[in-house]
Amino acid sequence: MTDSPKAQSPKPDTQKPKANANHYLDMELLRFTTAGSVDDGKSTLIGRLLYDSKSIFEDQIEQVKQSSERKGLTHTDLALLTDGLKDEREQGITIDVAYRYFATPKRKFIIADTPGHIQYTRNMVTGASTANVALILVDARNGVVEQTCRHSIIAALLQIPHVVVCVNKMDLVDYKQEVFDQIKTDYEQFASKLDVKDVRFIPISALNGDNVVNRSEKMTWYEGSTLLYTLENIHIGSDHNHIDCRFPVQTVIRPKNDAYHDYRGYAGRIAGGVFKPGDSVTVLPSGFTSKVKTIETFEGPLEEAFAPMSVTLTLEDNIDVSRGDMIVRDNNQPNPTQDVEVMLCWLNNKGPMPRSKYTIRHTTSEMKSMIKEIRYKLDISTLHRNEEDKNIGMNDICRVSLRTTKPILSDSYRKNRQTGSIILVDDATNETVAAGMII
Amino acid sequence: MNYNLTHLKELEAESIYILREVFAQFENPSILFSGGKDSIVVTHLARKAFHPAKIPFPLVHIDTGHNFPETIAFRDNLVEELGAKLIVGSVQKSIDEGRAAEEKGKNASRNAIQTITLLDTIEENQFDACIGGARRDEEKARAKERFFSHRDEFGQWDPKNQRPELWNLFNGKHHHGEHFRVFPLSNWTEMDVWQYILAENIAIPSLYFAHERQVIWRSNTWLPVSDFIQIGEQDEVVTKQLRFRTLGDITITGGIESDADTLAKIVEEVASARQTERGNREDDKRSETAMEDRKKEGYF
Repeated sequence: MTDSPKAQSPKPDTQKPKANANHYLDMELLRFTTAGSVDDGKSTLIGRLLYDSKSIFEDQIEQVKQSSERKGLTHTDLALLTDGLKDEREQGITIDVAYRYFATPKRKFIIADTPGHIQYTRNMVTGASTANVALILVDARNGVVEQTCRHSIIAALLQIPHVVVCVNKMDLVDYKQEVFDQIKTDYEQFASKLDVKDVRFIPISALNGDNVVNRSEKMTWYEGSTLLYTLENIHIGSDHNHIDCRFPVQTVIRPKNDAYHDYRGYAGRIAGGVFKPGDSVTVLPSGFTSKVKTIETFEGPLEEAFAPMSVTLTLEDNIDVSRGDMIVRDNNQPNPTQDVEVMLCWLNNKGPMPRSKYTIRHTTSEMKSMIKEIRYKLDISTLHRNEEDKNIGMNDICRVSLRTTKPILSDSYRKNRQTGSIILVDDATNETVAAGMII
Repeated sequence: MNYNLTHLKELEAESIYILREVFAQFENPSILFSGGKDSIVVTHLARKAFHPAKIPFPLVHIDTGHNFPETIAFRDNLVEELGAKLIVGSVQKSIDEGRAAEEKGKNASRNAIQTITLLDTIEENQFDACIGGARRDEEKARAKERFFSHRDEFGQWDPKNQRPELWNLFNGKHHHGEHFRVFPLSNWTEMDVWQYILAENIAIPSLYFAHERQVIWRSNTWLPVSDFIQIGEQDEVVTKQLRFRTLGDITITGGIESDADTLAKIVEEVASARQTERGNREDDKRSETAMEDRKKEGYF
């Protein structure tokens, strides 16, 4: 609806579909990350997705138009839509991960748009940590380049369940199938060294909109889905672990009033598996056993609860449970260990010194840790393991051996992204200096 | 077996997780409560997160003195219903004490000087975390916010030097005198908030529903007539049927013409909206980086 004084009633709407109130209530949520280098058309692609899904508002477009004119541009620069900070717009670069949102009647999407150049690794790792899908852009004219390999290696390290390789700028190679097929073959050959489960390829032209939202008429040889259709339909129901029951306790709820005199509820977000009342459980690290009495929510008790729900568990027995403990099934437990092997991504200007000590956070628990040994530094363009140069700085990825003051209840990251991940915090600055995946 | 959550349920689970992390990681957290729909949803989520216990955070209202009376009545009702503690930081008091200076002129507002009162209130009460309802889809500077957003001892935000946030691991460590702003609704959009209000049947101030009101046309929006705005000779006071898409100080919150008088109609209207919701906020229009500039100083 417009707000001009002349508009007495809402204008007939051409840009957005009319929705009834319950229209969007059964949508799923899909998070994806976009990676690409400076000129591969990433901003154009995001702009295209937002625009064609009717997620851009008139006042946003107007603002971008004005800014483009002020900068002396002849076209409306859609990249300005995705830049947030003053410095970013002035310098025409993206400094930090930016989050964008759009929805279709089927799904709500969260895009973690990560910059292609400076602090590349740090930002992509951040965006990738919660993503269901990685969109990797390849310029059809250049094919698989070093940058493509770096993006793919990070997507694989972070175990993003689905990778969609968008071969962009097909318009500049006359929409030729041979170009697409060659890139696909090259990529598959390279990706065979990586641990990725699901890779798809889509030939697109973000600029002209081919195969982004609408099917391309220029590439009738392509029989697969468009990008938006793929994003709307990719199966994400198995992205959470629903097998290994893990309930890290965030806090204990004790109302301490007459109605709930002896109530002790363990609040947390299920990190894996399905919990039901009556399940035999073990509380770690103490090892006490009990049974799930109820699964509580504000709306009332539940018959079952699964990842990633936030619930409150009560147990049959009155045992000592506190923040940092984990409630698991008796016959399926994480591995308590004080020596953990971790793939670390370094996120801070100040690198680690030999035997540096940090606070480690793993699920809801926290303790001191020491980097006992740096085993190798990983070249994220070639996967080469460098065992000579172990000098670690910002954006480096390395395999380390950590020693912790108490056992951590570890799962491999491969098995569970929530219970297999850690961060390191510098006690002097309180900054998050590294993110790690348990091997 | 279907172990899928709807997008609203997944957003809710994420926000509840964040609220519980705040309780566990900080000593003296609070909810910044404006009486707007976003802070109402945050409060609703906090109620869910700690059920059957009470909300373990006081509600903090930064009162510009230029309120919609409906907002204040709503606030007081909610506080009573929740049995929560209310802390009011008064901008008028900051002005009276000489800590803040009132803007002059026709377009004067108390929006910018709220920051002074907010930071004073945080310091006075020694809050180490303030939970707010800001969302990343609202505004371009807010799109860069973390869930846990660090503020230095001057209450300032350094957007270029933020802590990376990965997985579900939130780092709220801070030195004495510093604090965090926490945004549990970071991943929600305006549409999500409205759908959730509808699905959960959450009470909101009547101002959000279409009603008749005296307004003037100024800066491309319908500004409500109140004791707090100067009406010039060229201003024409008219009665319109309208509603507010966001709620702030009465001097800067513009209404939109609308006949949406139920939640269902509002959701429908939001779905077909062609302007962003903050498009009617005078405070954001002062410059392209109005929000970023204010946020760096410590604004909401």
